Amino acid sequence: MSAGPMVKAEAVHKSFGRLEVLRGIDLEVNPKEVMCMIGPSGSGKSTFLRCINHLEKIDAGRLSVDGELVGYRQRGDKLYELPDREVCQKRSEIGMVFQHFNLFPHMTALENLIEAPIRVKKASRSTAVAYARALLDRVGLADKTNAYPKQLSGGQQQRVAIARALAMDPKLMLFDEPTSALDPELVGEVLDVMRRLAQDGMTMVVVTHEMGFAREVGDTLVFMDGGVIVEAGKPRDVLANPQQERTRSFLSKVL
Amino acid sequence: MTDIASGPAAPGSQAGPRPEAIKAIPVRHPWRWVSGALVLAFAGDVVYTFATAPDLRWDQVWKWLSGRLILEGIVITLELTVLAMVIGIVLGIVLAVMRLSPSPVMSWVSWLYIWFFRGTPVLVQIFFWFNLNTVLPHIGIGIPGTPLHWQESTNLLISAFTAATLGLGLNEAAYMAEIVRAGIISVEQGQTEAAQALGMNRLQLMRRIVLPQAMRVIIPPTGNETISMLKTTSLASIAAVPELFTRSEQIANFTFLVIELAIVASIWYLAMTTVLTIGQYYVERYFARGAQRELPPTPFQRFRRMLFTFHAPPPAVPDVSVSFPPGRR
Repeated sequence: MSAGPMVKAEAVHKSFGRLEVLRGIDLEVNPKEVMCMIGPSGSGKSTFLRCINHLEKIDAGRLSVDGELVGYRQRGDKLYELPDREVCQKRSEIGMVFQHFNLFPHMTALENLIEAPIRVKKASRSTAVAYARALLDRVGLADKTNAYPKQLSGGQQQRVAIARALAMDPKLMLFDEPTSALDPELVGEVLDVMRRLAQDGMTMVVVTHEMGFAREVGDTLVFMDGGVIVEAGKPRDVLANPQQERTRSFLSKVL
Repeated sequence: MTDIASGPAAPGSQAGPRPEAIKAIPVRHPWRWVSGALVLAFAGDVVYTFATAPDLRWDQVWKWLSGRLILEGIVITLELTVLAMVIGIVLGIVLAVMRLSPSPVMSWVSWLYIWFFRGTPVLVQIFFWFNLNTVLPHIGIGIPGTPLHWQESTNLLISAFTAATLGLGLNEAAYMAEIVRAGIISVEQGQTEAAQALGMNRLQLMRRIVLPQAMRVIIPPTGNETISMLKTTSLASIAAVPELFTRSEQIANFTFLVIELAIVASIWYLAMTTVLTIGQYYVERYFARGAQRELPPTPFQRFRRMLFTFHAPPPAVPDVSVSFPPGRR
């Protein structure tokens, strides 16, 4: 691992057709740092997250993870697109957790966890199973090993999804509104798992609406609106004492 | 029955004593009885007419039903069905993936194939393969400008059986391609994204994540296609392939028992499609894994449950995931 920032964005732009979703994002996430991103829907925070593991291609600017450009290789002043194989390899080092869990419904919790380690990292089945069991235990679901996703509550599904991402031993975890689709009483169990993950030193970028989590666990808080970063800083400062009018008006609506 | 009832009642949620179950006199439906009786009478008359028709030799029907020629025909029919469906399914998957491929050439070739084979009658296609030797006496393959070349007489290469298999299979592939494509499209985008985020490549993603889920959408129409194919194999009689219908026709030609042999063939077709229908049910059940909280009961299980719960009140909140801790969903 290089000593530089885990994620580095410089003037990242992204458009869908004529709609400009990201209009110049600059930020850095250091190793072991937890960055929370908040903002109204349509502000581009989820899109930015998806750019980090190349689910979306950026149009302009530079985006790198662990010192290497995402999706491209630079030789001289020319950019070369990475072949699929290398894109897959890079993605396998970044975990992602989705709003709607996206567990594989035809596989049990355990099978969800061992699929990628076996197929992508070519781990042996026994190693993968042992690690998967340990991870399920860590997220408090040791007794749900053989349950199918449909047999689990939303909170349990999201915990399995986090464990599935961790099974690849990622160096960076991306969370795309991980608690937005959950019933209120199930939010806590997912946040608990994420909190412990942060304590263990995982580098995390979290798009969220949970201000309490951002204040308590986040090292930095970024407020985005209209495809740009409006304000960034220590979560306590931004939440308690926002400098920008737009931040103030957003926070007054959600807090 | 569920552990929700056995869990400790939360304070304040105390329910009062359960009131007496409702026993009301059901609404009468006299017209249901009248229309039912009429339909049954008509159906009974049709059956009676055929069963007692003096010129219909039922004894001959029973005799030929297990005739050696007929049984041999059944084997050919089954072989044709299986081979044509295997060609159809394998080629159909390839065509569907081609159709959804980012390469425009692949997508277009697939479109053209489906357009052509779905747009011409399968009877004509069998006819075409069967008579190909009249315009192409030899079929070969080779690389121009090299000595690498191989060819064979069309007559040897394409027997009547092969012609029928090709005609049925290539035609089926066009339909299967559309069925498979619909199945692939039906799988949520989030599944692809989750697999990509884990670093899976296109092939792994298709084979391990998308296709198994697409199966749930693909299987029922494929079952229909198989059942339909079993009957469509009778078109192979145009190439004189000795399958069930060809055989029954041939027997009718020398015994003059035309309707009797048609009945023999029908009974066998019905028997085989019935077996396929039952098989389809179990295959569907297998691929429903994970799509429902509990697998639907097999007919046998349903029958048993019906026997034991007949006239019992419907179970209160059935199957609310018995494994959940009380108080949580």
